[in-house]
Amino acid sequence: MVEQEGFRRYVAHIVLWIGIAIVAFPVYVAIVASTQDNALIANGQMSLLPGGHFFEVYYQTIFVGTSGSTREPVANMMLNSLVMALLIAVGKIAISIISAYGIVYFRFPFRMPIFWIIFITLMLPVEVRIYPTYKIVADLHMLDSYAGLALPLIASATATLLFRQFFMTVPDELLEASRIDGAGPLRFFWDTLLPLSRTNMAALFVILFILGWNQYLWPLLITTRDDMQTIQIGIRKMMTTNDALTEWPIVMATAVLAMLPPVFVVVAMQKLFVRGLVETEK
Amino acid sequence: MQKQAIFQSKLLPFALVAPQLAIVLIFFYWPAVQAVIQSFLLQDAFGLSTSFVWFENYLELFSDPAYFETIIRTFFFSFAIAGSSLSVALLLAVMADKPLRGGAVYRTLLIWPYAVAPPVVGVIWVFMLHPSLGVLSRYLRAAGIEWNPLLDGNQAATLVILAAAWKQISYNFLFFLAGLASIPKSVLEAAAIDGARPMRRFWTVTFPLLSPTIFFLLVVNIVYAFFDTFGIIDTMTRGGPGKSTETLVYKVYNDGLIGGNLGSSAAQSVILMVMVIVLTGIQFRFVERKVTY
Repeated sequence: MVEQEGFRRYVAHIVLWIGIAIVAFPVYVAIVASTQDNALIANGQMSLLPGGHFFEVYYQTIFVGTSGSTREPVANMMLNSLVMALLIAVGKIAISIISAYGIVYFRFPFRMPIFWIIFITLMLPVEVRIYPTYKIVADLHMLDSYAGLALPLIASATATLLFRQFFMTVPDELLEASRIDGAGPLRFFWDTLLPLSRTNMAALFVILFILGWNQYLWPLLITTRDDMQTIQIGIRKMMTTNDALTEWPIVMATAVLAMLPPVFVVVAMQKLFVRGLVETEK
Repeated sequence: MQKQAIFQSKLLPFALVAPQLAIVLIFFYWPAVQAVIQSFLLQDAFGLSTSFVWFENYLELFSDPAYFETIIRTFFFSFAIAGSSLSVALLLAVMADKPLRGGAVYRTLLIWPYAVAPPVVGVIWVFMLHPSLGVLSRYLRAAGIEWNPLLDGNQAATLVILAAAWKQISYNFLFFLAGLASIPKSVLEAAAIDGARPMRRFWTVTFPLLSPTIFFLLVVNIVYAFFDTFGIIDTMTRGGPGKSTETLVYKVYNDGLIGGNLGSSAAQSVILMVMVIVLTGIQFRFVERKVTY
């Protein structure tokens, strides 16, 4: 603008670097702690420089787990988290895109009531109805199962609304053209609408994957078996023992492993992530 | 609102909406109705019999000073988390909005904490500020502060607020950046030509034009502080010491699971539902206003 901006730019660079330092410091501490000796940490003498136990700690974390509290290999927890996150993301996208298609491209009795029934679910997160939901999942014998982990979290309308919004912007000529070509409703959906929705699906997938991977309260309630626990639950269990007995390097290595997949997704697919985030929040 | 070109079919549309409808009815409406019914019931201590007690669970809650304390604490946490996180994020976004060399790198380095799960945030922060072994506690002690969040309720609350605000910075940053990008440069240039210095331009032009974003984020942050802090609190303090970090959601969890008081827990759930519906309603009304802005 009109002022000489040089000095202000320096200030901006400095402020941003301070911000990055604040944001990154806790994670740096976690990484450093995961390479050190537990005795040193327990004495309160942790160094802020990386230690030499990297391979040893991560090997034990991934393949063995803590020796005291959980004894469950973190690789297994990560597998559970991965399955849950993928089920939530794929399941939600699949059921939402077809129901949005039904609502936008057809006229049928109770169309609007059905739309509202789905729409209202936007309002209430799973946290406010945990115990009744728990009871239903228990009655359906879905405790300690992937279905029980994923299904209640699929029951929400964000994705449906997003696809509905997108379908409304698809020009009517496309449908008329494919109808002239003799395509029925399923053909039109598969050959025209689905390819057009690819970017939206990808953006949504990124967000839903992160949200699914990071779920905590729900898995905490419905997993009782150690081999079904997700990595977020595993971390908490590792800390339940007396503080003095907590194996901090392993806890921190688990924390690092827990954030690796979603952080990777955000950084590698930044455009899709930002798009998905902005669109799901509208 | 309505498509002109549509398909004719009697059964197909029902088949298309059926899966979602089934899941929503079973896993959303059924439990929500159950929560409401349960909130009118009282179970005896052994869970052998239940009786219908009208609003007794609610009356008991509202005559319980501890419940009011939890409500006030939750709102205090919400505003402390939203306030601190929003102001840091706004400062960073305003800086990152300038045409700087390496701007994209700054953006990437600031948004990734969004992906860190609340329990992980809790574990790392409690480790950093652990009274005996935390790396930061050393400096606090060297500065003469009696730091022990495991015993001191106020310090525990500070810890939870710091960790929760930290996690939310990247989210707010991202939305502020989008909000700043949508402010027309010509308005700022006009103000500059009128002789407004950068600080003044920010407070008289940018900030008011950003108010829709700020309000939207305020609501989102409050909802976040209500619900998503559960993972942070559960790994950090479990609501303690005493009740000093127990929020409404944590109390629902605690009373239902550990206390076994399902009627009261359900009544609390219903009260929370009403609060969330009010918050979402405010947000929707506001988003509508933003469209016509």
